[in-house]
Amino acid sequence: MEEAKIQKLPKKYMNPYLAGVLLGIVILLSFYLTHEGLGASGAFKRGVAKVEQIIIPSHVQSDKSAFKHYVTDGKDPLKNRLVYMIIGVFVGGFLSGAVNNRLKLKLEHSPKITSRKRAIAAVIGGALFGIGSAFGRGCTSGAGLDGLATLATSGFVVVGMIFGVGYLVAWFFRKLWI
Amino acid sequence: MGPLFFATDEWSFVIALVIGIAFGYILESAGFSSSRKLAGVFYGYDFVVLQVFFTAAITAAIGLLFFEYFGWIDLSQIWVNRFYTGSAILGGAIMGFGFVIGGFCPGTSACASAIGKIDAMIFLGGFIVGVVIFDAFYPLYKTFYKAGNRGAVTIYEDLGMNREVFLLLFVLFAIVSFVVTAYIQQRVSQKSKKY
Repeated sequence: MEEAKIQKLPKKYMNPYLAGVLLGIVILLSFYLTHEGLGASGAFKRGVAKVEQIIIPSHVQSDKSAFKHYVTDGKDPLKNRLVYMIIGVFVGGFLSGAVNNRLKLKLEHSPKITSRKRAIAAVIGGALFGIGSAFGRGCTSGAGLDGLATLATSGFVVVGMIFGVGYLVAWFFRKLWI
Repeated sequence: MGPLFFATDEWSFVIALVIGIAFGYILESAGFSSSRKLAGVFYGYDFVVLQVFFTAAITAAIGLLFFEYFGWIDLSQIWVNRFYTGSAILGGAIMGFGFVIGGFCPGTSACASAIGKIDAMIFLGGFIVGVVIFDAFYPLYKTFYKAGNRGAVTIYEDLGMNREVFLLLFVLFAIVSFVVTAYIQQRVSQKSKKY
C-alpha cells in the first residue's frame, strides 16, 4: 500500500510541433467527417440558451435574445455536436492529466500575486472572453483555428486581433504573470 | 467523397465526442492546461501557444488542400466561418484582453478544469457570465452584430492570390515566427521561469 502513496512527478509536456501536427490532423478529420471543425465556446452558449429556455423561455424565444435560433420551434439547444465535443475535451484533458500525473486540485498563479488576485483576474478574463467570443462568432478554436485551417478571412482577422491586442495590452497586465 | 456526415446527423455527435477527446488530450499534453504557460506567449518566456496553434492550422490547411487534390473532399461543402467585419474585429479585440487578463481561452480552460485547475474553473464561470451578459444586452448591439456580413470569404481571395500561393506564404511566415520566437524565448528564459 505504501507504494501507491509515493507521489509521481508530472511527466514532461509533449513537443509543441508534434502536438501541433496531431491537432492539425484532428481538425482535418473533423472537417472530413462532419464538415465542421473544432469548437469550444458554442457548447457554453448553448448551455446558457438551455437554461434560459427553462427559466425565461419568453426571453430566449424573442428577438431580444441572441440565442433565438438555438431554440426556434422548441428545439433543444443541447442537441448539437459542439456539446458532445466539449464533453470530449473534458474527458480527453482528464485522461492526459491522469496518464501524465498532472491531476491535482490547484489554483495556479504567479508567485508575485495572491490566489485571490488570480481568481479575480480569471473571472474578469473569462467574462471578457464570453462577450468577445459572442461578437467574434467563435473563440480561439471555432473562429481562430478553424478559420486559419479553412483560410477564412474571419479567422485571420479574429486571430490577428486576439494576439495583436494581447501584445498591445500585455505590458499593462504584466504584474499578473511576471 | 467527404465530408461524410453533416452536423445534423446523429453520427456527427459520436464523432464530435471522439474528436473532442483527442482535442482535449492533445491540449493537455502540450501544456495548455497551465495558464502561466499559455500567458508566456505574451511575455516571451514560452511560445508553446504560437507553436502548437500555427503548426495545427498549417497541417489542417495543407491536409484540406491535398484531400481536395485526391478527390477525397469537396471543399465547397466545408463550413467556412462568416465574416461580419465590425463584429469580428471587436470580438477579437475583447478576446485579446480576456486572454491576457484571464490566461485561458474557453477550450484550454475546459481541459485545465478537467485536471483540477481551480483558476480554469473560475475562468469558465466568468466565461458563462460573459455569455449571459452578451445575451442580456443583445438588443443594444444587435444591429452592429449583424452588420457588414461579407459571407464565407477567404483570405487568399481577399488578397487576390490563389490558394496554393497564399498557403505557401503562410507556411513560410509560420516557420519564420518559429525561429524568431525560439530566439526570443531563449533570451528571455535566461531569467529562468518555472511552472
